[in-house]
Amino acid sequence: MSEVSVASRLQGSGAYALELEGIARHFGALVALSGINMRIAAGERRAVLGSNGAGKTTLFNAITGDFLPTAGRIRFFGEDITDLPPHERIRRGLRRTYQISQLFKGLSVLDSIFLACRGVSRRRFSVLRPTSGDVNMVQAESILNAVHLEGDRDALVATLSHGQQRQLEIALALAGAPRFILFDEPAAGLSPTERRDLVAILNALPKHIGYIIIEHDLDVALRVSEHVSMMHNGRLFKEGTPQEIEADPEVQEIYLGGKHG
Amino acid sequence: MTVLASTEQPVSAGTVIEKIGAGNIVLLVLLVLYPAVASNFFLAQIGAYSLILGMIALSLMLLAGYGGMVSLAQISVAGIAGYTVAVFGLNNSGVHGFGWPFWIVVPFATLIGAVASALIGLISNRTEGIYTIMITLAIATAFFYFTQQNYSLFNGFPGYTGIRAPEFWGVAWRDPLPFYYLCLGFAVVTYAAVLYGSRSTYGLTLQAVRDNPRRMRALGFNVTAHKVVAYFYAGVIAGLAGVLLVWFNGRISPGTINVAAAINVLIIAVIGGMRHPIGPFLGAIVVVLMQTFAIDIVGAERFNTLIGLFFLVIVFVSPDGLLGLWGRIKPHLAQESLRSLR
Repeated sequence: MSEVSVASRLQGSGAYALELEGIARHFGALVALSGINMRIAAGERRAVLGSNGAGKTTLFNAITGDFLPTAGRIRFFGEDITDLPPHERIRRGLRRTYQISQLFKGLSVLDSIFLACRGVSRRRFSVLRPTSGDVNMVQAESILNAVHLEGDRDALVATLSHGQQRQLEIALALAGAPRFILFDEPAAGLSPTERRDLVAILNALPKHIGYIIIEHDLDVALRVSEHVSMMHNGRLFKEGTPQEIEADPEVQEIYLGGKHG
Repeated sequence: MTVLASTEQPVSAGTVIEKIGAGNIVLLVLLVLYPAVASNFFLAQIGAYSLILGMIALSLMLLAGYGGMVSLAQISVAGIAGYTVAVFGLNNSGVHGFGWPFWIVVPFATLIGAVASALIGLISNRTEGIYTIMITLAIATAFFYFTQQNYSLFNGFPGYTGIRAPEFWGVAWRDPLPFYYLCLGFAVVTYAAVLYGSRSTYGLTLQAVRDNPRRMRALGFNVTAHKVVAYFYAGVIAGLAGVLLVWFNGRISPGTINVAAAINVLIIAVIGGMRHPIGPFLGAIVVVLMQTFAIDIVGAERFNTLIGLFFLVIVFVSPDGLLGLWGRIKPHLAQESLRSLR
């Protein structure tokens, strides 16, 4: 038994950022996820589509360790992380954003990003004020620019617009050298202009950072991803390029409600 | 590199004032000059006592304002430090009184208070909001009854008497004027530490934990540890205040740390406001003045009624206490000055 688990540990190849093997999650009698197999190459950008309740966010929670899968293994850059607590996964470069913004309303934008950078470094308990030359502060400034929030550097988070809060949500995930990010509906509630901005932000991310993006808006998903996985009732039922998915009759039937057909 | 660069820069008077804040400097000058106009009674019973209560309320403000944890056990922490001074220093109750020198007793008592506070934080950590208030109230109540019934350590109902502030550097620190400056010194140091610390890395993490513990966990922070450390720091402040309190009263007994005293600390912090560390001191002055002079106005039996009414008015008019009131009046004053310009 132990030999098998050692073998499966070594099986994972470094070429994949994320490998999911037979992930299942049950809530009592409810089957939220079952038999999810997914391999995402390093640097790959994947969109996960699916109707409400398809299990997309549950899948994210299983990958980040917010709760453990009922069955299955998760490998992150070849390492089995199935049993690691969430903060250990964060140390390894896995990040996520939330469907509903999880921000610090009483802090300024820059301080929020600074803390996110500090979170994976030491000196988290420092009682000294960070100087402007502090390495985490410099990182925070550059992330600020990357998500187009430089104009709101010192604004209180509570005073930001919804769109700016979504941008900050992304900024927090970019802190501290991420290798792979899970974006949970970053475009939810954004105006068309803000959506264009979001697409620009995602496309400008460094090439080595791969991600999975959950997105209802097919137009956004198709412009920021190379591969698309379709989920339905807790299962993955189709994978392909954006063009293939868009043209697939079954997808149109389930996801688009046959509006193209 | 950056450290070198910042030390090489000449510090001009302008940046010093900017860093400390003009308001803080004016306030400090006024407090230093206060003995010139104050009688001994106003120095000790009003001045020093307000500063001590302000420090205990400051420890609550640190927890509640920055950490979102309302603890009613801060008076117990001060009491633990006070009892430590009585037991390990000198008292004339004929129980314990090991006679340790003050320069060991004071840091030791403060440390004991801080550790006790951290323990309280560890216990109440799993709770939030009103449940934190309930569990810390339970701890404060239990500690009160324990001190009342335990004679081997706390000398029960009578507690300890005859505890004196030390004499050193040729100064009798229990005299009103030196004692006022002693309290002012401690109060300024703790106030400045909280004010500075609020913008430190740790201060920011504490406020972020208050706003969104879930996200902090997702960023790799150990939320529990950060909360317990906050209780430790608050315990240092309350512990120092407890040492001063036992010197001020010359005695400590269960009556010093009963439930009324625990709630008094909360009232002070709420009346003053918990947005800024100056709030608790404002609240302390108001409450001490009322406790002292309400007897002359409404009679000895009713001074709590007066404080209660004032508390109600404050909570109704300004949930952020006197600080919030000032925050609301300030823009009106600014407009007034614009009108006069016209």
